[in-house]
Amino acid sequence: MLRIRNLHARVAGREILRGVDLSMDPGDVHAIMGPNGSGKSTLARVLAGHPEYEVTAGEVFFDGQDVLSMDPETRARAGMFMAFQYPVELPGVNNAYFLKAALNALRTHRGEEELDAMDFMALVRDRMKQLGIDETLLNRPVNEGFSGGEKKRNEIFQMAVLEPRLGILDETDSGLDIDALKIVAHGVNAMRSPDRAFLLITHYQRLLDYVVPDVVHVLSDGRIVRSGGKELAFELEEKGYGWLEEPVG
Amino acid sequence: MAQSLDQYVAEYENARRTRSIEQPAWLVRARSDALNRFRALGFPTTRDEEWRFTSVAPIAECAFALGDEAATDTGRSEVDRFRLPGNLSAEVVFVNGRYIPALSTFSTLPAGTSIESLASALASRGDEIEPHLTRLASFQRQAFTALNTAFLADGVWIHIPPRVIVENPIHVLFISSSSGGLATMSHPRVLAVIGQGSQASIVESHAGADDAAYFTNAVTEIMLGENAALDHYKVQQESPQAYHVGALHVVAHRSANCTSHSISLGGSLVRNDVVAVLDGEGAECTLNGLYLADGQRLVDNHTTIDHAQPHCGSREVYKGVLADRARGVFNGKIIVRPDAQKTDAKQTNRALLLSEDAQVNTKPQLEIFANDVKCTHGAAVGQLDDEAVFYLRSRGLAESEARRLLIHAFAADVLSRIKLESIRTGAERVLQQRLARVLTAAA
Repeated sequence: MLRIRNLHARVAGREILRGVDLSMDPGDVHAIMGPNGSGKSTLARVLAGHPEYEVTAGEVFFDGQDVLSMDPETRARAGMFMAFQYPVELPGVNNAYFLKAALNALRTHRGEEELDAMDFMALVRDRMKQLGIDETLLNRPVNEGFSGGEKKRNEIFQMAVLEPRLGILDETDSGLDIDALKIVAHGVNAMRSPDRAFLLITHYQRLLDYVVPDVVHVLSDGRIVRSGGKELAFELEEKGYGWLEEPVG
Repeated sequence: MAQSLDQYVAEYENARRTRSIEQPAWLVRARSDALNRFRALGFPTTRDEEWRFTSVAPIAECAFALGDEAATDTGRSEVDRFRLPGNLSAEVVFVNGRYIPALSTFSTLPAGTSIESLASALASRGDEIEPHLTRLASFQRQAFTALNTAFLADGVWIHIPPRVIVENPIHVLFISSSSGGLATMSHPRVLAVIGQGSQASIVESHAGADDAAYFTNAVTEIMLGENAALDHYKVQQESPQAYHVGALHVVAHRSANCTSHSISLGGSLVRNDVVAVLDGEGAECTLNGLYLADGQRLVDNHTTIDHAQPHCGSREVYKGVLADRARGVFNGKIIVRPDAQKTDAKQTNRALLLSEDAQVNTKPQLEIFANDVKCTHGAAVGQLDDEAVFYLRSRGLAESEARRLLIHAFAADVLSRIKLESIRTGAERVLQQRLARVLTAAA
């Protein structure tokens, strides 16, 4: 489903990704862990198509399509979704209006009819209930005045409404208390299915207690230096990232 | 320049000769004084502090004539698309400054309330009008006001006696048109006296045929009696070739409440002046402004809030969206007179620049002579937040749609303060149309 080969990328003239290789199949949940500055968030933002990041080498394919030649909206319409580490506040942009416009952009792309207001509200209410999100949030401007936890939950809520085939969570768990973390984890688990994949980018092993990954990768200095099962996460938690700096083998 | 002033003198003489109804002597004198004043002042130049960023050379260099019958016939066909939907107290229609009774409508008004053409009111009861006309809009220092007064012939007279609520809005629609390649000018005047404890909404629309080049020079004077309330809306959708200069003068007496909404979407060279005098304890005013300019257009908003008495409050928010090579000017003056203790004034001015070449000159100007006051002002000029655009695109919205949504969001608080739904939705529609054009051109 997702094939990343030898991906190099830089931002503001500094090379951050130095040859990332990663393959995911439908139904997979992969976690990417790594110390600060290892390139985790850069990887997420490059996959989402952030214009500030320049890909200098390598390739990315999603369902056989060349992701790097697509603009951000085309990636979203193809079924990719990134939950932002720092969701942007959009004063004056009504949450419901925004989400309906986004959903209908995806539906139109897939050749489906746009949802009318009633069907949209039914869908949205269902997802809000699942995630324990207050309905008043719908009529508020996107993320404006939200607490950190509310913003993260709103990202998961958007993902639940937009139903991507690949969900990339960029440190969605950082800064969450345990209740909020459980809600986020529950949101992801409820969406797990044989044809949907998740890439969980995280600094802490804690999220992986609730969303159990199939594969854990360790990113260090812009490369994946180790991959393994979920036990790798425990190892990292115990030993920290320091031991990774030493030459492997 | 001298030649173009002569052109106005010639038009003035023409207008004077062709007036059929006998004019009150005081009005004849006011016109003549104003013409002399205009000739002495001449058009302002950028050396004049009040016009530093706005050159009116395009107006000064063009020869305008008062619209003839042919031009007026062209204008009549434009009226319908600028009518205001919904229930109205009256819709008073002017083409090139002339009242068109056949296109105007009036509903039954509360006893004692008058809404009528200023020309006919001047002819039938000039003495009722004399104490108010030209009292707020002085032509001593403002050349455009002098010019308007020199050509003062028609407009609307609104008189609401004390303790009357005029429920539905009063729409005053000024349409301009030209014919035969001749640029027309009009100098309409709105005069409103709102009695003690009374309430009304006045919508003043300025519009024209899409391809017409003309010059509108409007002056509005509004007096609010004690505890009166008024919402004034100015919706400026002049043609892209038009020049528009408009001044609104409001005086609010004790505990009166005035809201001015200025929505400026059209014109090639636009200058809006709003002067609000809070001349009684506890008076309040809100100035709410939104402007949009693209291409090479220039929109200049000058506002003055004069806190002349204690315990008055003012709230002002002006927002502008500028694209292409457009220019914006905002000058917001707040005067707090020595007696005006406990003044509470707040001014916000923001501009959104959609291109590298768009620019805005913004200046808050606080003149505070009292010591126990609260005055705040803030100005910000910025561009669309790239991170916000990316956020929306990452959810599947096309880039142009993302930008459109964010620009609309920028204007949202000004639009949301517009109480009249027909104005709000109309302004939103025109804004969206203009933005669609701007964003397509930019893509």
